[in-house]
Amino acid sequence: MSTEGQSAESPNPSPLEDPAAPAVVQQGSEPLLAVSGLHVEFRTQEGVARVLNGVRYHVDAGETLAVLGESGSGKSVTANTVMGILEMPPAAITAGEIRFRGEDLLTASASRRREVRGEGIAMIFQDALSALNPVFTVGFQIEEQLRKRRGMSRKDARKRAIELLDLVRIPNAKGRVRQFPHEFSGGMRQRAMIAMSLALDPEVLIADEPTTALDVTVQAQIMDLLAEIQRERNMGMILITHDLGVVAEVADRIAVMYAGRIVEEADVHSIYRKPGHPYTRALMDSMPRLDQRGQELNTIKGLPPSLTAIPEGCPFHPRCPLAIDLCREKDPELLTIAEGRVSACHRSDELMRDE
Amino acid sequence: MSEPILQVRDLVKHFPVKRGVLFRRTIGQVKAVDGVSFDLNKGETLGVVGESGCGKSTLAQVLMRLEPATSGTAMFEGQDIFSLRGAALRKLRRDIQIVLQDPYTSLNPRMTVGDIVGEPFEIHPEVAPKGDRQAKVRELLDVVGLSPEHANRYPHQFSGGQRQRIGIARALALRPKVIICDEPVSALDVSIQAQVMNLLAELRREFSLSYVFIAHDLSVVRHLSDRVGVMYLGRMVEMGTEQQIYEHPTHPYTQALLSSVPVPDPSLRGQREIIRLTGDVPSPVSPPSGCRFRTRCWKARDLCATETPPLVDPGTSPVEGATWPGGDEGAAHPSACHFPEEKPKVVA
Ligand SMILES: Nc1ncnc2c1ncn2[C@@H]1O[C@H](COP(=O)(O)OP(=O)(O)OP(=O)(O)O)[C@@H](O)[C@H]1O
Ligand SMILES: Nc1ncnc2c1ncn2[C@@H]1O[C@H](COP(=O)(O)OP(=O)(O)O)[C@@H](O)[C@H]1O
Ligand code: SF4
Ligand code: SF4
Ligand SMILES: [Mg+2]
Ligand SMILES: [Mg+2]
Repeated sequence: MSTEGQSAESPNPSPLEDPAAPAVVQQGSEPLLAVSGLHVEFRTQEGVARVLNGVRYHVDAGETLAVLGESGSGKSVTANTVMGILEMPPAAITAGEIRFRGEDLLTASASRRREVRGEGIAMIFQDALSALNPVFTVGFQIEEQLRKRRGMSRKDARKRAIELLDLVRIPNAKGRVRQFPHEFSGGMRQRAMIAMSLALDPEVLIADEPTTALDVTVQAQIMDLLAEIQRERNMGMILITHDLGVVAEVADRIAVMYAGRIVEEADVHSIYRKPGHPYTRALMDSMPRLDQRGQELNTIKGLPPSLTAIPEGCPFHPRCPLAIDLCREKDPELLTIAEGRVSACHRSDELMRDE
Repeated sequence: MSEPILQVRDLVKHFPVKRGVLFRRTIGQVKAVDGVSFDLNKGETLGVVGESGCGKSTLAQVLMRLEPATSGTAMFEGQDIFSLRGAALRKLRRDIQIVLQDPYTSLNPRMTVGDIVGEPFEIHPEVAPKGDRQAKVRELLDVVGLSPEHANRYPHQFSGGQRQRIGIARALALRPKVIICDEPVSALDVSIQAQVMNLLAELRREFSLSYVFIAHDLSVVRHLSDRVGVMYLGRMVEMGTEQQIYEHPTHPYTQALLSSVPVPDPSLRGQREIIRLTGDVPSPVSPPSGCRFRTRCWKARDLCATETPPLVDPGTSPVEGATWPGGDEGAAHPSACHFPEEKPKVVA
């Protein structure tokens, strides 16, 4: 149903020469999770906010897709739609498909969706404190799922909860299982939430800014933990973040979002070598770096657009240094620009050519 | 470089921990800032980095006299900030300003932007006579890159980056000499963060300001700072030029902190040596004896539990047998560790 995307000119991925570069397009087999043509609106007092405008991405088992974008670009709304936890109203899904192992979740029954949630796809959130219930112990919150969904006895569920807390390396899991979320430090709460999300052995884990609220040393611990768990369980992982550093360290592929759409998608190595979209390039240029005592930073002029009044043509054109007349008139399609890479820009060819 | 405008010595701020409903007893002290000393030179930016809860904001609040110090001194242009009263205190409140992290909560939602930026003139009418204020406000908005027409709008009509500019315009209103920036760009997205950082750098040049620049983002701090102090659990553990701290860190905590910062270059993946700290920061109510970092330090020895390592320059080490980094002049700077040494290539 999507008009954008690479379906028309699907590239032929050569056998992997570079072992570090993952396959970008899965041929033949269906991806584990695939979102396509997803449109979501929020109907608010100020009008209709077109929050998602044809989002598409996919993730395979054992792979990490990073979804990169500034706040308000639609990263969390996409994730919440996939999880089926979008508040409707005010939100409305106006088009799109979310296929999990080939099955469209948007047309699935409510009970089937509940089944997929947790067991098929699980999610961890930026703010662990508000995601955990303050009036129940951490252990109880993990055990509840195991008892309800897996029919475990109290005793078995407790045993498993301790194992899970152990797995995410919470020291003294036996004692901690009886504690309340506020008795945990920020990093420990994040670990507890990860433990909870793993309780039903999901095949896909969506991590929405899992370390944004944490300090760098704790962030490093949590990212290590996530990468290890993902590897061991061969999970697909969607890592939502705005941190270009975190992305460079863990992602296999990157999807860049702007104004509710994917503007570029590529494997991590080629996108850092040469961004294929002016927005991606601008993001990378505006970041202060640890190894530089910079002069003036490059900035992106202006602000992201209001989603109640997205500009005609390319939504990035008012801020884009490369904009031409065509950009103001025609919304660029997401097209293949190199093997396994797509970009939505009228001038991506030039961008890819010049040094 | 030049003379110090602000000299802080042995600054301590403890908050009492109270328990009980009817009879509130003090059961301990949060040692938020526990013996911090530094100089801020004229025209310089001193960066302060450290993890959440290490005392950065408390330090800022005490220097602004928003919280009373428990002990210690802070001299601004030769006068002790903490003993100023009356007219001298009013003058100090003009000379030192603060810009806060959260552009969403630090501005009064019911005031127009013009009123917010012009409010300091109400408190210090000597700076701008009534007739001049409107023009001054417009000028200030212009300086921070906002349109003077925005003066009649309310904060909620602005984005995060614009709100931060409003906060900066307000801080500039009284022509301060020192601005303390407490995480001024932490709540902003990269593209907007870059705009505000450039603005801060430009204003410093234009108005010869001195900044104390507090942030937990090490890249941001490096970008703006001339010198940097690293805080851990209420203490400064290492202090040096931006070059010394980032290229030649000698304190294990600084090294761990720097190596934890993800590097935006996927080709370096797996090639960097990353120092992974285990465990959490101990409670500031009962910090470890001796070196406060010892519970997470991979180099800790018995001495570290009994002797507090002072923040001193190499050569003045009171501890026999400690190996100070020698030779390379980049490495010679204060480090509060009994066994300071450089590690090759901490920053990729
Ligand atoms: N009013 C207060 N009463 C009691 N404890 C306080 C108070 N203000 C701060 N603290 C404590 O003092 C310590 C230092 O806090 P501070 O806000 O200075 O940290 P920070 O370095 O600014 O952290 P962040 O990076 O999270 O902003 C913390 O343990 C904090 O909980
Ligand atoms: N409940 C809601 N009502 C109205 N608008 C919303 C709601 N939730 C999110 N939005 C809007 O949707 C857009 C995308 O939000 P989000 O997905 O949270 O962005 P991010 O990329 O930062 O995760 C934003 O403009 C946001 O304001
Ligand atoms: S289509 Fe035009 S405006 Fe949009 S990103 Fe490309 S060059 Fe810029
Ligand atoms: S004094 Fe000891 S514990 Fe502290 S940083 Fe140095 S080696 Fe580590
Ligand atoms: Mg979000
Ligand atoms: Mg703070």
